[in-house]
Amino acid sequence: MIEAGHVAAFLALALSLAQGVFGLRGERQLAGLIAVAAFGLMALSFLTLINAFVTSDFSVALVANNSHTLKPMVYKIAGTWGNHEGSMALWCLVTLGFGAAAAGGMRTGRDVFEARALGVQGLLATGALAYLLFASSPYLRLDPAPFQGAELNPLLQDPALAIHPPMLYLGYVGYSFVFALAAAGLMEGRIDRVWAKEARIWSLAAFAPLTIGIALGSYWAYYELGWGGWWFWDPVENASLMPWLIGAALLHSVVVTEKREGFAAWTALLAVLAFLFSILGAFLVRSGVLTSVHAFAVDPERGTLLLIGLLAYGSFALGLFAWRAPKLEGGKAWTLVSREGALMANNVVLIVAALTVLLGTLFPLIAEAFGRTISVGEPYFNLTFVPILVLILILLPIVQAWAWGKADVKGWLRWAAGGAGLVLLFVLLGVGPLDISPGAAFGIALGLWLLFGAAWELKRRAITFGRIFKMPRRVWAMTLAHAGLGLFVIGAVVETTGRYEATLALPVGGSDTVAGWVITLDDISSIEGPNWYADRAVLTARRGAQTAVLEPMKRFYPAAAMPTTETAIYKTGTGDLYAALGEQRDVDGEARWVFRVYFNPLVDILYLGVVVIGLAGLLGMWPGGRRVKPAEAAALP
Amino acid sequence: MRARTRRLYTFGIAALLVLAAAVLAYFALRENANLFYTPEVLAEKGLPRAGKEVKVGGWVEPGTLTYTDGGATMQFTVIDNSPNTITVRFTGVAPDLFREGQGVVATGSFDAAGQFTASQLLAKHDENYQPRELKPLEAGG
Repeated sequence: MIEAGHVAAFLALALSLAQGVFGLRGERQLAGLIAVAAFGLMALSFLTLINAFVTSDFSVALVANNSHTLKPMVYKIAGTWGNHEGSMALWCLVTLGFGAAAAGGMRTGRDVFEARALGVQGLLATGALAYLLFASSPYLRLDPAPFQGAELNPLLQDPALAIHPPMLYLGYVGYSFVFALAAAGLMEGRIDRVWAKEARIWSLAAFAPLTIGIALGSYWAYYELGWGGWWFWDPVENASLMPWLIGAALLHSVVVTEKREGFAAWTALLAVLAFLFSILGAFLVRSGVLTSVHAFAVDPERGTLLLIGLLAYGSFALGLFAWRAPKLEGGKAWTLVSREGALMANNVVLIVAALTVLLGTLFPLIAEAFGRTISVGEPYFNLTFVPILVLILILLPIVQAWAWGKADVKGWLRWAAGGAGLVLLFVLLGVGPLDISPGAAFGIALGLWLLFGAAWELKRRAITFGRIFKMPRRVWAMTLAHAGLGLFVIGAVVETTGRYEATLALPVGGSDTVAGWVITLDDISSIEGPNWYADRAVLTARRGAQTAVLEPMKRFYPAAAMPTTETAIYKTGTGDLYAALGEQRDVDGEARWVFRVYFNPLVDILYLGVVVIGLAGLLGMWPGGRRVKPAEAAALP
Repeated sequence: MRARTRRLYTFGIAALLVLAAAVLAYFALRENANLFYTPEVLAEKGLPRAGKEVKVGGWVEPGTLTYTDGGATMQFTVIDNSPNTITVRFTGVAPDLFREGQGVVATGSFDAAGQFTASQLLAKHDENYQPRELKPLEAGG
């Protein structure tokens, strides 16, 4: 079976190369057909891998190293991509999938351009497949086959993490086709309206799953690591945040290209960078050059190959850019106080924010080159990334109303005064009756300001309530995304500033008080799962009339010889009461169990905000969003 | 507005922002880049400023793990290949793979008396992982 998959992957490699050649020669139909065929072959190949995992075929080295017969079925399947080789196979599959989807989905009416985009995509797929087959093959056999497998890393045996990699890869790899579009557009010397219309759809096709993928990864870290936090500024997290920020900048700049033919060179550059940063992310995660709590499948040698790939793609695309960009048209005239000006500011801020993340992530490497071992943590990012982003969030509700070309800003002062009043009110309320810090009050006010701005934008666009459902989907998408951002800001600020945490050491029957909750350890017992056994604590938490039972566990996976923490979460309505079980400690001859108990207020609002942003992205790419006729678009303020 | 003026403004604003970010980043890095101390490095360089966040790494010396504070706080000694030690205090749940004799990296700060209080403990992540900063302990060291 697996040999058939191996052969299919080789055929897919050959077809991808052919797709590259014919595509670059401008043969649209042929390149499209090849793209679909290559995807079909890779899908078959991937199915043989999944099959090997499902049937626990331990003669396949990958299965033997990452699976176990006792593992639940869903984790057997997820184990296919829960390791380096399998995840690279997924990377290839998604690359080819985007090629096949593009072969049928592009609507520019420009055959040579579309052929070239498919051609570049074919070459990107060739690179990925060559890396898969020659540097990290998942198709190798073991002889003799072991009777039992070595188990998937237990930390990865988790529902959120089963779908996290496919989502994240749809995002990372989705930018490969945006890259291909930019390269083809630059070859033609045409980055115009038609190009932008197509590029916007594919940028959203990458952005939406990337957003959801990041949220899933963060949620996993939140409940699986048992640290109570949702973002640790860990290199692996930063690696996904950088393409996201650049992708967000791209979404805003491509609109200018679509509507006003402006920012053409800049948009093309962002389109290239989004994918380059995705590969950089893969390199940082896989090479092991940075210490990470999420690290898995680390191999320095493969990291070198990824770095070579990054340099090759980067010099190709940036060279093309340097050659062609000066010839691109400038678009319609605009002044600084205009939608163009606002979107430019948005882009500058997002890119600068991405650069501060890049600096913070790479700084330990730079310092290491100078012989100093340091690390850069949360305080750095709070001091750089956060204020830079706050700047744009303050401006967002005001400038999103600005018109193309030259905005009429008579109402501007009123807006600014309204916003300042809201913030002042909150800061006063905060330090007064609500008793929160001025910073937290400011953050909450900022989130509300964004929500208010989104509602106002709907009102402004629809004019009357009856017309609200007739608005183009992209307007809905934009407004929803900005509202999601507001929700995220509120959740993030309240969670970060209002989090309460305590460490308890309780004997069975003992109790203690945390954040107004009286927590009693009722029982500790041993339980068994399919491929693990665990100590499970039964905690009762009482506050007033509310009673919650929390059952955190400490699991041990014998096959992997590894413990994991399974936190227990109770939704109180205003946040999560969250408990993690630690080890047994001997205190003055008495056995006590140690717990970490958190109250994380509004953490659901935070995730809701991110999910809303992701769904808004999907809504924005829905074809119905293209219904606006040019005349209508021009008439919009 | 003419294209040249606009470009001038655009670059001006971008340059200002980049500059502001660079200044922020410079000070943030100077204040918040955490230096890494092993017992040997600490003996060489002396104590960092009290309260400044740093990282401490080494191997948990067997037999030194004790609990105070009703069991909520743990205290242990970190050693490396030098004769020096650092005492680490941590309130919380130890990481899953925390063991005496194993490598550990703690983030926290020293007080003026040289007592290190950790806000976060990292032990090796899985059986194959060990913190990059740590050199293996020599036999008998």
